[in-house]
Amino acid sequence: MAEDATRIATEARDRVRFEEEALALADQVFRVARHLAGSREDAEELVQETYARAFRSWRSYTPGTNLRAWLLRILTNLNIDRGRRNQRAPQMQPLEANDYYLYDKLAAGGDGSGGPADEERVVERLSQDDIVAALSAVPHDFRDVVVLVDIGDFSYQDAAQILDIPIGTVMSRLHRGRRILKRELADTVLEDVT
Amino acid sequence: MKDAEKDPCAHCEEMMQPYLDHILTEDERVEAEAHLDECDWCRRRFRFEESLRVYVKQVVAEPMPDELKAKLAALRIPLN
Repeated sequence: MAEDATRIATEARDRVRFEEEALALADQVFRVARHLAGSREDAEELVQETYARAFRSWRSYTPGTNLRAWLLRILTNLNIDRGRRNQRAPQMQPLEANDYYLYDKLAAGGDGSGGPADEERVVERLSQDDIVAALSAVPHDFRDVVVLVDIGDFSYQDAAQILDIPIGTVMSRLHRGRRILKRELADTVLEDVT
Repeated sequence: MKDAEKDPCAHCEEMMQPYLDHILTEDERVEAEAHLDECDWCRRRFRFEESLRVYVKQVVAEPMPDELKAKLAALRIPLN
């Protein structure tokens, strides 16, 4: 009887600790979710579903492992289920340009002074809206990896586990995804100019 | 190596992402840095890429709405 009570108390304590640790990560989870999902509303729903599921299945989390990655694994699975459901348009082959393409486009549209461009200034020609729009135009498979690694600061290894794909696939999608993003950005900038 | 002889800047461009991700081999890194030391054109583009990554991360960061934070806390399973 007393042992049971101790066991129950220990479990309750572990669960409360789990919930608190998970909630402390919510900001970071949302930041990533916001760009994995198509919209802010979708992201909010996705994060809620993720936490509801996490709180129910907390026992399958191994203490001491990466809780943020564990939460994101739940979230990306939920997102993939959704994504397949509301796939907006049939996906076109994404356009990709070389790595220097965006810089060349941006620097060419400079102030005409001809002086050495300050690369940080060049970056600032991109508005927040341009970047958010360009990111959402990157197809899911590529965007997931770019968002996890470049925005969420996950390692290749973590991204591979979260998405359940080989690490080599993470690397190639990341490489192509960044190029697709830059191509999208270059297109946005060109539209703004014309 | 043949590529590098043909067009060192195109070769350097290929190395940019892995260079900034710190996943080049030691030899490749030395090769990339040797080119960057003498090529202002590529160096600018590397610097731009570095700034772009930082900038993108900054501008896309949206704080979590307070209501959402409250909703998540409400999902906790009550102790009984």
